[in-house]
Amino acid sequence: MAEEKIIDLMGISKSYDGNIVLDNFNLYIRKNEFLTLLGPSGCGKTTTLRIIGGFENADSGKVIFEGKDISTIPPHKRQLNTVFQKYSLFPHMNIEENIAFGLKVKKMDKQFIKDKVKYALKLVNLEGFEKRSINSLSGGQQQRIAIARAIVNEPRVLLLDEPLGALDLKLRQDMQYELKRLQRELGITFIYVTHDQEEALTMSDTIVVMNKGKIQQIGTPEDIYNEPKNAFVADFIGESNLFDATMLQDELVEIFGVKYPCVDKNFGINTPVDVVIRPEDVNLVDPTDGITTGTVTSAIFKGVHYEMTVDSFGVEWLIHSTKLSQTGTEVGINVKPFDIQIMYKPKGEDAEAVMLDE
Amino acid sequence: MVKRFFERFYVLIIFVLLYAPIAILFVLSFNASKSRAKWGGFTFKWYGELFHNSDIMSALYTTLIIAVLSATIATIIGTVAAMSIHNSRKLPKMVLMNATYIPILNPEIVTGISLMLFFIMFKINLGFITILLGHIIFNVPYVILNVLPKLRQLNKHTFEAALDLGATPTEAFFKVMLPELLPGIITGFLLSFTFSLDDFVITYFVKGAGINTLSTKIYSEVRKGIKPEMYALSSIMFLTILVLLLIVNKRSEKQEKKAAVKG
Amino acid sequence: MNKKLLASPYIIWILIFTILPLALVIYYGFTAQTPDGIVFTLDNIKKISDPLYWKAFLLSARLSLLCTVICLILAYPLALILAKSGNGKKTLLVFFMILPMWMNFLLRTYAWLNLLEGNGVINTILQFFGIPKQQLVNTPFAVVLGMVYNFLPFMVLPIYNVLIKIDDSLIQASSDLGANKFVTFRKIIFPLSLPGVISGITMVFVPAITTFVISDILGGGKIQLIGNIIEQEFTFASNWHTGSGLSLVLMVIILFSMAIISKFDKDGEGAGLW
Repeated sequence: MAEEKIIDLMGISKSYDGNIVLDNFNLYIRKNEFLTLLGPSGCGKTTTLRIIGGFENADSGKVIFEGKDISTIPPHKRQLNTVFQKYSLFPHMNIEENIAFGLKVKKMDKQFIKDKVKYALKLVNLEGFEKRSINSLSGGQQQRIAIARAIVNEPRVLLLDEPLGALDLKLRQDMQYELKRLQRELGITFIYVTHDQEEALTMSDTIVVMNKGKIQQIGTPEDIYNEPKNAFVADFIGESNLFDATMLQDELVEIFGVKYPCVDKNFGINTPVDVVIRPEDVNLVDPTDGITTGTVTSAIFKGVHYEMTVDSFGVEWLIHSTKLSQTGTEVGINVKPFDIQIMYKPKGEDAEAVMLDE
Repeated sequence: MVKRFFERFYVLIIFVLLYAPIAILFVLSFNASKSRAKWGGFTFKWYGELFHNSDIMSALYTTLIIAVLSATIATIIGTVAAMSIHNSRKLPKMVLMNATYIPILNPEIVTGISLMLFFIMFKINLGFITILLGHIIFNVPYVILNVLPKLRQLNKHTFEAALDLGATPTEAFFKVMLPELLPGIITGFLLSFTFSLDDFVITYFVKGAGINTLSTKIYSEVRKGIKPEMYALSSIMFLTILVLLLIVNKRSEKQEKKAAVKG
Repeated sequence: MNKKLLASPYIIWILIFTILPLALVIYYGFTAQTPDGIVFTLDNIKKISDPLYWKAFLLSARLSLLCTVICLILAYPLALILAKSGNGKKTLLVFFMILPMWMNFLLRTYAWLNLLEGNGVINTILQFFGIPKQQLVNTPFAVVLGMVYNFLPFMVLPIYNVLIKIDDSLIQASSDLGANKFVTFRKIIFPLSLPGVISGITMVFVPAITTFVISDILGGGKIQLIGNIIEQEFTFASNWHTGSGLSLVLMVIILFSMAIISKFDKDGEGAGLW
């Protein structure tokens, strides 16, 4: 597996004015994968990207790129390219000049540059835009040019810093597919930074969930969604019912006095745990068929499904279902054992920040 | 490190260049000898005699009155004009903007002589009034250029919201719009005041005989030698402004810090 | 509030106090007082070719160009240093850059006499190093020095204002695409600062080529610039027609040079001092 690594971050720490942004951060990135750094603002994801790109120097630790330590190499000598958050297109150059910039700096042949620019524009679906000015482009188009400007240099790794943040929802969704397509066509590694969990789930091969400068979980989108390793991940990814609970024994968990069968083992006996149940995994049934019962307190139509809240003896459940249960209805609540995700409670003061090295 | 050193050295040299003449003026204000070429020992006497020199005192008085009046009037005219430019349609707006730039881009000497010809043509006696008018005409564009950007930033709907909440248009203007324009208006006023205080060329052409501002007074003395009281006065004025600016800076810094803590 | 009504007073203001006075300069420039009354003539305009006037004009052009170039060379590095210093330091440096302007500019210029004179500060320093006394006052050198001294901030500030607005991420993008610091400066920073450079050039060149005060004080009446000539036509000679004619020529030449210079500014986004 080792030869597959393209970037290896080893023990990276970084702080600004005494605020620790990254704390002994370890992560490797495999060749040709689409890896997303996901987390709330201030979690250190952008700093990680900037350290890889060379715009920040880590206080300690190493950045290994294809086996070589590049920690002290300036950005212009790194074989990586970045798509910046605000696009950062050069306003005094037209589109062709923008895209050609990197190649011109490397003193490439004129015809070669021309062909490359044309090819890059085709890749981002903006053929024939060479002579247009930057100001004449929409946000989405500017974003494509920023991507074209980066990939034309054939970087081994493309760094993307919340590139879709400024676009509206529809455009953002379109661009997500485009980016995924581009990554497949180019066959290069993408490192993508976002705070948008949906974006991360849609595009990534691997998601790295970060909080407070530490990695919370690394895994495929499915892993992260279905089996969050701790309460932070569960809460951050998608909506969830997050409960304090007690693992009574193998395959049996008690949530606020009600016992639920589950599939997890080896937590010991009477261990306090966190439990995550996704709203779409909660089934509303006839009161007599439920493990527990409750009253529907609100029901809102959300398009694809109804979002309902149920009060069950003082515990509030969030439920997504295509079937509406009117407010005030008595319902039974059922959860399949497989859909109950059991997690250890975090130890120590640094609550959610569990270090996980794969 | 070497680069840092060179940068600092460079900045230092430029600042020495900028402040050397000011240092000279300070030194001369304490020079007991009336000649600027000779050091006659240290004295405070010019600072005392200054207040008994009626020529200088009247020039100072004229300068200050004109600066305050012209800045105030130019600020009012400029603010109203900026609003009218802001509200006009595209073509008149372009024409008005270009016309506004004329006094700024025109060489001062041309503005000066054109106003002089204008006043003489309309038989307005050159004197206090013409200096005042000249300064207002020169200052209005600077007020406009400072207020216009604020108007562009202004949220159109706040005015309407005020009306919606029951304010009369006048109330809405004074309570909602004006406070937002205020920073631009104040900058415009301060710039006007400064320009007026320091103006020489326009004043020189439109002032007529028998009246002087500090600038024209100084110019008239250049040949025969400037009176030491003038050095004393300019030193006092410079220090006053320095102290004022430092206070203003400190205050705005504090406010920024407060805002930062709140934010 | 009728918004349209608001516009008309300002139009009238501009017509009376800006356009009409300029029209008068044009009127005087193209006419002459003869015994038969006032007649149209091109003589006032043609006077620029008179050796006396032409010499003054050439000297003005030469000194003001020299002043502009020196200002640019001194100001650009300074603006760069200011723009990249820390936030608090930046404000402080700019503050001290502007502060001297609060001392009357005639006095500040006058004070240079003390620095430049035979027994002045500079000659004293020169002598200390064994260099013979130099005649500095009443020379073109002194006039250029006075111009540079007075107008340098007008070059520094517009360039500085443009430089601080250049987004850091553009510089990072350039570096990311493989450009070293020098290439980044040449291809990104300098082109983006051009609007500032151009308004700096305008703000230095125009007052420099039209000045009569600096040449008067530091040239001691020996340096006649076109500004001095025009001033004298209006004050001592009371020949308003000639003075107006020469002013018109000067204005046209300035407009022409500005038009050429602004050609360099592709975007046409001027960057003012304020």
